[in-house]
Amino acid sequence: MKVILEVIIFTILVLGYAPFAIYVHRKLLGWMQGRVGPNRAGPYGLLQTIADTLKVLQKEEIIPANADTALFRIAPIIAFAPAFIVFAVIPFAPSLTFADLGVGLLFYVAVASISTIGVIAGGYASNNKWSLIGAMRAAAQMISYEIPLVLAALGVVLLAGSLNLNTIVEAQSRSVWFVIPQILGFVIFLIAAIAELNRTPFDLTEAESELVAGYQTEYSGVRFAFFMLAEYVYLLAMGGLIATLYFGGWLPPHPALAFIPGIVWFLLKALIFAFLPFWLQATFPRARVDQLMTFAWKWLIPLAMVNLVLTAMAKAWI
Amino acid sequence: MPSLYWYNYLVVVLFIALGIGLPIVAFALSRLLRPKHAYAEKTTTYESGAEPIGTSWVRFKVKYYLYALLFLVFDVETLFLYPWAVAFDRVGTFALLEMVIFLAILAFGLFYAWRKDVLEWK
Repeated sequence: MKVILEVIIFTILVLGYAPFAIYVHRKLLGWMQGRVGPNRAGPYGLLQTIADTLKVLQKEEIIPANADTALFRIAPIIAFAPAFIVFAVIPFAPSLTFADLGVGLLFYVAVASISTIGVIAGGYASNNKWSLIGAMRAAAQMISYEIPLVLAALGVVLLAGSLNLNTIVEAQSRSVWFVIPQILGFVIFLIAAIAELNRTPFDLTEAESELVAGYQTEYSGVRFAFFMLAEYVYLLAMGGLIATLYFGGWLPPHPALAFIPGIVWFLLKALIFAFLPFWLQATFPRARVDQLMTFAWKWLIPLAMVNLVLTAMAKAWI
Repeated sequence: MPSLYWYNYLVVVLFIALGIGLPIVAFALSRLLRPKHAYAEKTTTYESGAEPIGTSWVRFKVKYYLYALLFLVFDVETLFLYPWAVAFDRVGTFALLEMVIFLAILAFGLFYAWRKDVLEWK
């Protein structure tokens, strides 16, 4: 029964993380664009997202008369639940994994791809042209980039010989972090992960200058908030997965630094990769749809296959 | 250890319950707080301020469907690669050879789609 308490504490921590991430996102983006960012509510604007959350909870919810009401209501749940469920298999510290599944990585990939359905459901149910175009783009993009993501992760599975995320971390303690032998795989994985998360330069699903807000156009109030929450929670989950697969999870960078607990190292690495997309957002323009699709199919997928064959050869003969 | 095995999946069930329960609780909470007086103009579909023309549930570009088909093929094939990658240590060089053949067939499929202009976004 201890585990129920732990999971509830974890849930509260994740819910507390999201406002923090939104605040950091806005502040960072402000600084990078020569602005101040939020600075009114509380010291340094720290309470800004709390105020926004309270506001959004009180907003009237408008469901368009022509919408598919039932689907419209449950779409944010379908989008949010997978982003939260994947945390079950992430190894936070040497003995802190909620569910130490043998097929951890496969579980992560399988569950994470469900959130695509939430996005499509939301866009379709709105019966709005902007929403539908956004949702169709989201579907095409998320399925296209899932293949290079999965193929790139296979390189790590080959090196570790296991799908269990704890075993993958332990395998890195015996050799080097997998980012070194899997540098090509890491680059492919990172690009595909950013596309999976719909962040700039791949944020065509909600391209605000052409599609209003994409699949979220008709959403308001608390349901809109859950789409946002899903986005930030998923960012952290993806940061955690990148840290686990390529940067040794809770391992310290050098054995001499082992006195700092594993969870600190894990959070440090995960947060770097969770906040990296904000930097890219300030740096890159948005890609075009045709560039986006051809990049996945003509570059990333063939490269991921090459990476897999090279890894297998290296493993068999070296 | 079967008990540990089941324990892990029970935790997954717990996460699923929380992942679905959390939004439901939040929606219910917000229902108590938010105002509710929608009228006909408020619930019209947003179309940049103009009167919406027709429904959006229409036939859509077939291109998306082709990508979906390609995805299905590739996703199922990558699924076959997972057990291979895990068992690679035990099977050795023979597995490598088999996998190169498998990937070559996959790459040929991609090449075929490429030449058929399926990957071109027009």
